[in-house]
Amino acid sequence: MAEQDKHAPQFDAATGQSTTGHEWDGIQELNTPLPRWWLGIFYATIIWSIGYWVVYPAWPLLTDATKGVIGYASRIDIAQDMALLKQERAAQSKALTEASFEQIKADPELFRIAMAQGKAAFGDNCAACHGVGGGGAKGYPNLNDDDWLWGGSFAEIQKTLEHGIRFAGDPDTRVSQMPAFGRDKMLDAAQIRAVANHVRSIAGLSTEPKADLAGGAKVYADNCAACHGDQGKGNREMGAPDLTDAISLYGMDMASLTETIANSRNGVMPAWRQRLDATTIKALTVYVHSLGGGQ
Amino acid sequence: MSTADADDLPLFAPSKKVYPQSVSGPYRRAKWIILVLCLGIYYLLPFLRWDRGPNLPNQAVLADIANNRFYFFFIEIWPQEVYYFTGLLILAAFVLFLMNAVAGRVWCGYLCPQTVWTDLFLAVERFFEGDRRERIKRDEAPWSFDKAWRKSAKHAVWLVIAWWTGGAWVLYFADAPTLVKELATFTAPLSAYVWIAILTFTTYSLAGIMREQVCTYMCPWPRIQAALTDDDALNVTYRYDRGEPRVSVKQAQRLRSTGAPAGDCIDCNQCVAVCPTGIDIRDGAQMDCIQCGLCIDACNTVMTKVGYPAGLIAYDTDDNVKRRQAGQKPVYRPLRARTLTYAGLILVVGGAMVYQLATRKMADISVLHERSPLFVKLSDGSIRNSYTVRLLNKRPESRPFALTVSGPAGARIEAVGSAATADLRPVVTVEPDSSREVRVLVTVPADVHLEKSQPVTITASDLFAGEVVRAEDHFMAP
Repeated sequence: MAEQDKHAPQFDAATGQSTTGHEWDGIQELNTPLPRWWLGIFYATIIWSIGYWVVYPAWPLLTDATKGVIGYASRIDIAQDMALLKQERAAQSKALTEASFEQIKADPELFRIAMAQGKAAFGDNCAACHGVGGGGAKGYPNLNDDDWLWGGSFAEIQKTLEHGIRFAGDPDTRVSQMPAFGRDKMLDAAQIRAVANHVRSIAGLSTEPKADLAGGAKVYADNCAACHGDQGKGNREMGAPDLTDAISLYGMDMASLTETIANSRNGVMPAWRQRLDATTIKALTVYVHSLGGGQ
Repeated sequence: MSTADADDLPLFAPSKKVYPQSVSGPYRRAKWIILVLCLGIYYLLPFLRWDRGPNLPNQAVLADIANNRFYFFFIEIWPQEVYYFTGLLILAAFVLFLMNAVAGRVWCGYLCPQTVWTDLFLAVERFFEGDRRERIKRDEAPWSFDKAWRKSAKHAVWLVIAWWTGGAWVLYFADAPTLVKELATFTAPLSAYVWIAILTFTTYSLAGIMREQVCTYMCPWPRIQAALTDDDALNVTYRYDRGEPRVSVKQAQRLRSTGAPAGDCIDCNQCVAVCPTGIDIRDGAQMDCIQCGLCIDACNTVMTKVGYPAGLIAYDTDDNVKRRQAGQKPVYRPLRARTLTYAGLILVVGGAMVYQLATRKMADISVLHERSPLFVKLSDGSIRNSYTVRLLNKRPESRPFALTVSGPAGARIEAVGSAATADLRPVVTVEPDSSREVRVLVTVPADVHLEKSQPVTITASDLFAGEVVRAEDHFMAP
């Protein structure tokens, strides 16, 4: 009898509502279950989800996941979207592909398309090293200035973009190799110091008080002039920078110069024709040329 | 009151259906004329043409959302000039205040779209269902074929008018004849159909179903208007000095012969019957009254019929009624500080807008400094900054602009992609009615002393028309 009483529904005196039968410190909890309609929707969603397992990719497997019967994947969607975009831009792309640089420059609409496409491609591919606006950094040339290692005409920029610089994967890549004069024991420390002072002197910068300028000039003539020229004006055929102008890629202070001469630098830029189509490279060329230094 | 009782009460007072009776007279005539004018303008204006030359649309009034232009006859507004609309709104507000100070709710009674369309819908209702008594009787009667077809026809015509209203609305946003053709052949953009549907719904429900409830419950203006009015503003007024006590014509004769007081109001209730908001004007000025003047027409008709002078209900002020009661002369003061101030403000705002519009530049320039990199050192040591310059040409023909720079000594300017120059100035040609962005390089020689930042001004001069616009920015250096 007592057992039965325990399970009989109990009611709250104040509201008349049934309680859960539990009691904590004299407080009883009212029995207010979730509304039926809510539970109904909840169970319906569970049943609905079974359909999802069948139709869409759902269950992770060891190396893969279930594919779903309709073969949907968000990657396929985006590939289709991209193909569609390419199709929509086909006419523009064709015009850009067929036009010469001179024609692009003369046609405001074509120029605008090339600039827009070039700017987007620059942000995706080039900005990581050259900076968002092509401002460069130490070791990464500033594309806004007028100092070009390999030439700043449309054709030269395009060639650099296509084949890269010292890029092992492209046989036509631009190559020049400044020796590591110190590391390879071609010059000793004193000679390096002397030639560094000489380079500073021809650049119009101050030299060390007891610098051996004559010795430096001799070392320069023997080792450097072949590429950088007698006057240090550089040579674009070899990608040899002008040592006398106001711009330097790695710095003209004694420490940086010594480091450059001793260990060499030989920066690398990838060959983009392996990753980008010809039209994109063309647009990139126009964009880079427009940054301010185009020749 | 317990909560259970409160739950049983309706949330709103039950609306009593208003059956306005037809009426004729000068105010009714004025309202018809205004209705035809307003709706005529609204429905037909999109079809009016305005020649702007070959490069621009020839629709007189067009909100060209897709191309970011608004055309109003000879005025063309660009998105950055939308503040003109602020001026228009201020102007509209002052005109509203002025009308209110002179003759009360002129806007509500004659010009408000709610009033105009409701009038039109009421006319349709009257056409199919007859006048007040007939409508009341039919509504009380059980459903019959007669009742069904009249009601269906009314709603059908209402829907057609509502649809036409929505249809005219979308014509303001595209070339009207083209869009009409597209709508007819079901090739118009989806948004056009959606907007037509929305406006069909709002017109039908506001003018057909809700009517006076819009004015009484939804519109803020009656509340604001009450705070803006004063004792000298004319309002539709029942002259109770003359009307009370209300007695029939015969009884009035009897009373007057005995020297007892008798008013001119014969309590015929015609003013109540014709009222579109279903109120009794004899209760005095009230918020529900839109002051359309129809009760004046109704009362004057009756007064003439019984041989009393007209004007028992008229545009007047409560103060004048009191004055007459006290045996004084009525005072009318349309020219007073309030009305003069509003008129003055209208002149000032309107004048400022006209001046602004007349002297506005037909070209514009804006300059954005390149931030990455802030500056570039060139091989000869000179410093260069690049800017994105946007040139605006609001004229319908293409214009060449020559760019010059002033600021740091020896500064040189070039525009990327434009080889053309006039006296060593780069020239940028901007297409008709458009803007063009161009990258501009400013170079200062190495021997010029530069601060970290100094002001620089870029000037664009129209080579032919001579218009000059300039923008200021900064020139950065190490």
